[in-house]
Amino acid sequence: MNLAEATRGIAVSTSLDIEKIRADFPILDLKIDGKPLVYLDNAASSQMPQPVIDRLVRYQTTQHANINRAVHYLSETATMEYQKARCKLQQFINAREDREVIFTSGTTDAINLVMQGYGRKFIQADDEIILTTLEHHSNIVPWQMLAQEKGAKIRVVPINDAGELDIEAYKKLFNERTKFASLIHVSNALGTINPIKEMIAYAHQQGVPVLVDGAQAAPHIPIDVQDLGCDFYAFSAHKLCGPTGIGILYGKAQHLESMQPFKGGGDMIASVTFEKTTYAAIPHKFEAGTPPIAAAIGFGAAIDYLSAIGIDQIAAYENELLAYATEQFNCVPGVNIIGTATHKAAVLSFTIDGIHPHDIGTILNHDGVAVRTGHHCAQPVMQRYNVPATSRASFAFYNKKTEIDTLITGIKTVQKVFL
Amino acid sequence: MQTNSLYQEVILDHNRKPRNYGTLEHASHHAVGHNPLCGDRLDIALQLEHDLINAISFHGESCAICKASASMMTTAVKGKTRVDAEALIDEFRDMATGKMDLNDPHHLGRLTVFSGIRDLPTRVKCAILPWHTLHAALNSMTSVSTETDDEPTQAITGNHT
Ligand SMILES: Cc1ncc(COP(=O)(O)O)c(C=O)c1O
Repeated sequence: MNLAEATRGIAVSTSLDIEKIRADFPILDLKIDGKPLVYLDNAASSQMPQPVIDRLVRYQTTQHANINRAVHYLSETATMEYQKARCKLQQFINAREDREVIFTSGTTDAINLVMQGYGRKFIQADDEIILTTLEHHSNIVPWQMLAQEKGAKIRVVPINDAGELDIEAYKKLFNERTKFASLIHVSNALGTINPIKEMIAYAHQQGVPVLVDGAQAAPHIPIDVQDLGCDFYAFSAHKLCGPTGIGILYGKAQHLESMQPFKGGGDMIASVTFEKTTYAAIPHKFEAGTPPIAAAIGFGAAIDYLSAIGIDQIAAYENELLAYATEQFNCVPGVNIIGTATHKAAVLSFTIDGIHPHDIGTILNHDGVAVRTGHHCAQPVMQRYNVPATSRASFAFYNKKTEIDTLITGIKTVQKVFL
Repeated sequence: MQTNSLYQEVILDHNRKPRNYGTLEHASHHAVGHNPLCGDRLDIALQLEHDLINAISFHGESCAICKASASMMTTAVKGKTRVDAEALIDEFRDMATGKMDLNDPHHLGRLTVFSGIRDLPTRVKCAILPWHTLHAALNSMTSVSTETDDEPTQAITGNHT
């Protein structure tokens, strides 16, 4: 090997071998309209690497049976693998115990579980729940449903023009009626990383428990629930290179034990008579029915895959991509970045003067570029910026700077079409 | 799928210079169309005399496809009877959702520039929204010129594709 070969790929400051990583993702070889796919919609859902696909196939071909039920070999194997996946998640977020990790169908399901199991039990008329302007609809609607049912109130933390939470305003929202705070960790619409640890600490000083919507944080930031001190933490596998239909709710054991089960059925009971049911211990109390066993095991494999690369490494590389993209965007007249927080994950929301995001998305698609256009399930954020929708490019560790160049070229094409 | 073929000069031109854009002084029928998924909003007003569409106008916030579709729609139905307009609405819908063979006889004329939309399911509702709204307006008894307090008829396009 000569020197040029030896140093190739070392030019980037990250130690990740992106081409090697890309080779793990079969979908990245797709052509759209004859153009190579440039997948920049990772905040909506990320792609699945071959080791995770292989794990699903191995489970389905050699390990599948229902769990927690029979004594035969396959049932024992499936039960063990399902439980192993739970332990992987426990380690991933540094939960104290594995029983604090509940498998849900995703973030939305996890938030609804807390609303039903904790909210309906402990929140009363005139109580107040704190949310932020940055929330995804999945962390607004359940609390609104609860507020309506109970006659409780929603209080909302405002943001500044950069898309950062007003922390002073947040602190002022607390009063003796405040019973719960449900806060987004990283904004899916703008990329803002909120000072969640500080916010949790303040809420706890006021005696208020906190749920963190970590759907966008878990893929980009190492999560340590004990260090954060949060009462609940929720995220989905499909944004972490895992399957759809699975996610987790982390909850402190004492909360989970005090909560009402959300769904009734098999697997969540200790004993049943027609007079009375005794619920199983956590986490089973919250996992009624046959869970998506394969998906949970695939989730575990995705966690293994990401951990082997290192969330720290991933974050560092994605930050590089974000910095590069931001710089490039700022060089194109007529393009406006929405959300310019100091601390941001690899999400770039933007508008182009005079052009509707849907037209942008469709024309970019012609160049093989996949971005999200719309309100990103965060209409209050759109209202704050007085736009009906934005376009959003969101980066993953398998994206390359050359793909950002393709995006920029595409944006210039869009501008030309509408000249 | 040739997505760029959608943004043909005709469509870009109607987007740039929409025809019959604005409000109507003496409207007899009126409806507002929403696409809750992208926040698009379209307001259509028309004047119906002896079942003939004498005048029609639209305004609102929308993407280029929706705006061009609305603009071309207004020029196509102006001077037509209500029945003919309704027939054209059906034809347009069938074309946009891919239910129509363009080789069969139809009355769409230049509106066939929108035929490519059938390959883009997420955009079909952008093109159809004006037509839904026109249908709602034609069937509204709300005369906004005399009863301005009335809620206009709502045409909402959801995930119908
Ligand atoms: C911040 C945030 N919260 C919640 C969700 C909902 O996740 P899921 O649809 O997987 O339940 C998302 C996904 O779009 C998100 O970005």
